[in-house]
Amino acid sequence: MSDVPKPEELARIDHRPPELKGWMDMPVEIKQGIACYGGKPQNLEYVGLPNPREWSPFDEDWKLPENWKEIFLEGLRERLERFRSLKVFMDICVRCGACADKCHFFIGGGDPKNMPVLRAELLRSIYRREYTTAGKILGRLAGAREITVDVLKELWYYFFQCTECRRCSLFCPYGIDTAEITILGRELLNLLGLNIDWISAPVANCYRTGNHLGIQPHAYKDMIEFFVDDIEEITGVRVEPSFNRKGAEILFITPSGDVFADPGTYTCMGYLMLFHYLQDLGLDITWSTFASEGGNFGYFTSHEMAKRLNAKMYAEAKRLGVKWILGGECGHMWRVINQYMDTFNGPADFLEEPVSPITGTKFENAKSTKMVHIVEFTADLIKHNKLKLDPSRNDNIVVTFHDSCNPARGMGFLEEPRYVIKSVCNHFYEMPENTIREQTFCCGSGAGLNAGEDMELRMRGGLPRANAVKHVHEKHGVNMLACICAIDRAVFPPLMDYWVPGVNVTGVHELVGNALILDGEQERTTNLRGEPLPGMEEEEDV
Amino acid sequence: MSLLFSVVAVVILVLIPWVGVGALDLRLLFGVIVPYAAILTFFVGIIMRVVGWARSPVPFRIPTTAGQQWSFPWIKSNPVDNPRNTRGVVLRMAFEILLFRSLFRNTRLEFRQGPKITYEWEKWLWLAALVFHYSFLVIFLRHLRFFLDPIPGFVHLLESLDGFLQMGVVPLSGLGVPGVYLTDMLLLLAVTYLFLRRIYIPQMRFISLSADYFPLFLILALGLTGILMRYFLRVDLTAVKELAMGLVTFRPKTPEGIGVIFYIHFFMLCVLIAYFPFSKLVHMAGIFLSPTRNLSNNSRFVRHVNPWNYPVEVHTYEEYEEEFRDKMIEAGLPVEKMPETPEEEADSAEEAGPKEEAAKE
Repeated sequence: MSDVPKPEELARIDHRPPELKGWMDMPVEIKQGIACYGGKPQNLEYVGLPNPREWSPFDEDWKLPENWKEIFLEGLRERLERFRSLKVFMDICVRCGACADKCHFFIGGGDPKNMPVLRAELLRSIYRREYTTAGKILGRLAGAREITVDVLKELWYYFFQCTECRRCSLFCPYGIDTAEITILGRELLNLLGLNIDWISAPVANCYRTGNHLGIQPHAYKDMIEFFVDDIEEITGVRVEPSFNRKGAEILFITPSGDVFADPGTYTCMGYLMLFHYLQDLGLDITWSTFASEGGNFGYFTSHEMAKRLNAKMYAEAKRLGVKWILGGECGHMWRVINQYMDTFNGPADFLEEPVSPITGTKFENAKSTKMVHIVEFTADLIKHNKLKLDPSRNDNIVVTFHDSCNPARGMGFLEEPRYVIKSVCNHFYEMPENTIREQTFCCGSGAGLNAGEDMELRMRGGLPRANAVKHVHEKHGVNMLACICAIDRAVFPPLMDYWVPGVNVTGVHELVGNALILDGEQERTTNLRGEPLPGMEEEEDV
Repeated sequence: MSLLFSVVAVVILVLIPWVGVGALDLRLLFGVIVPYAAILTFFVGIIMRVVGWARSPVPFRIPTTAGQQWSFPWIKSNPVDNPRNTRGVVLRMAFEILLFRSLFRNTRLEFRQGPKITYEWEKWLWLAALVFHYSFLVIFLRHLRFFLDPIPGFVHLLESLDGFLQMGVVPLSGLGVPGVYLTDMLLLLAVTYLFLRRIYIPQMRFISLSADYFPLFLILALGLTGILMRYFLRVDLTAVKELAMGLVTFRPKTPEGIGVIFYIHFFMLCVLIAYFPFSKLVHMAGIFLSPTRNLSNNSRFVRHVNPWNYPVEVHTYEEYEEEFRDKMIEAGLPVEKMPETPEEEADSAEEAGPKEEAAKE
């Protein structure tokens, strides 16, 4: 992060667009620190995406196919015929501007083309030129323009400066959803081989190894066994997860980030401890090294790629003969499961309607997908008093909760995590109401933008969220940001260090793991991170 | 530029009937042909537009959820902002269409250096939009008195409610000017506000197109000519009604004695009607078809079918095991197929795919 300007510098943001210049007169300038690197040819090739080649967005020549314009416009036509959303959203915007100051990238960056309305106008202008009479005749006067290489670059630059968080769509009087426009815009760009490396590499990895990080089966098992050792060290209890086990009742799928990097790993330890605890109560669950990814970077590529990567969830559930699927804490994974999976790859008629083997609760709201969110599952356990918990073990932390965009605005998963957190922590404070629940602010790095080279963009996009955390940090001494998303867990630590030093990041099941009293455990002196528990600080020193 | 273009366009549009009727007396054209053409354009245009939208399917269920989902009985769900069935959707749409629910959420960014960011109260846009649309609706309904005979009771009722200022609050009636309609004033106020915010808020100016200014000016011209006609340049209302009734009964007439100002007003209306289906004004119809608002969030418990769903190429478990079988066996992971001579093949599983690990975080 050495090349990112200092927070004081970055925070000098001017939200006023140029006075006299129209946006069509401002050619795109692709900036270091904002744009991500281009997708590498071998990753595109591996999954059969078009136009694989070495290229860089910072070069003049993007090595487009000869007939790129034709491909783009034909792709647009096809999508207008397939998606009513796109057609309606191209036609009905009145440019009331309600969305303009709702986007975290505009708030934190001030680039006028990051106003959601204008991001959509970038594509709308092309649509008008091709598909409306006024646009054909009046051209610019009707807000229409021809697609040129520069316009294409502009589309690329701004569609990869949108995290598809849907905050703007909440405020739009017609429900115009920039995420939908960005998703389809990225599909069009992918027809020309214009993906970013940070998306295309995880996609290729996921296709091959089952997860974004390219973790191979033996390594996946090793990594989890590493957590098993850690848990034994901390609690004295050895948990015994199983892998690819046929005949288990439930298949567990979580984002691979949870097994790979801190602090997601502690959340993973929380899952393992919970499953162990429930084993005696009748839980029969298995992990899979094949369906080893909950997230879906295909969703940031195209609907088709999303479907291709999502397919292994049901396929693996079928192969193992489980009854239903339990899903880990993840953001866009849950939007895909809630709004797409059954449509993509259903019907899952080889599975059964999910029932908690411990409480007998029927998860009626997951009747068709047959996939339950682990936070729902745990909330139900706590409600039925099935867990022995000692919330005081989390007394050294003051927690606030970040609603991840997708579970919030693509599902409405708001109360369940709060219920669990409040059950396992004694100190919980909400951030201001305009920044949480359905109005939550994105982490600034979603939808595949959590790369290293666009750190300035990420710090800018994360500013509104960080600003709200700072508020509760100063007011209530909040020192822990809880979330239910693997990308959040990966990107918040640098964001907090940058804007609000002194706030750490956790998944909800890490908090559960800390509070959960396992049968036969030794007296715990540290939390899952190996930090002394409240009241144990001196003993640590001995 | 786009502002200027719209002003000029509306001025020209005002001049057309002025010259056309005032100087050339083309009453048949502006009193009969143009209105019929406009109405026809409106209906054909709107139908084509809506059919065009409806022809594209809704492959995925993508409501923007703005409240708690339906889950356990002990968690209070929000059946309107996160509907789980048709009833909820109907309520949500009613709130959107009748009360502009989403716009009501609006806030205004307050950015102070430091940085310190807050989101302030901002209901003016919502208020102006609501006032504008409802005033327009009332004015539209009031005008039914010209097109219906006998005049329905509710039109009279609206007129008396709308004109309650007549009861002596404003002393204009003493000057030979009829009672002032509240909605006339509100409409002009709201349109003026909507215009001024486009000019004064830098971001609004930046995003505004001719297509945004033009309808505002058109409606402003429509309103102003209407007001001029009602309060200052009186026209023969009996003759106007005769013309209007002629149009709706398909026995068109162009009676004598209607001032040019009426034709200008009427022409503005015709232009607005004809322009409607080809402009952003179609949001009136489009909102009903917006997939983030008109779908229930039920795709976890009711299967939603994509009509163009097609099979895709996937990487199967068998292919996966084929590549990693030896490593899996070595790690003690169960496999479907045991190799006959595991030792010999142990090294054959070379990395065939993407070399680079994505994990740089």
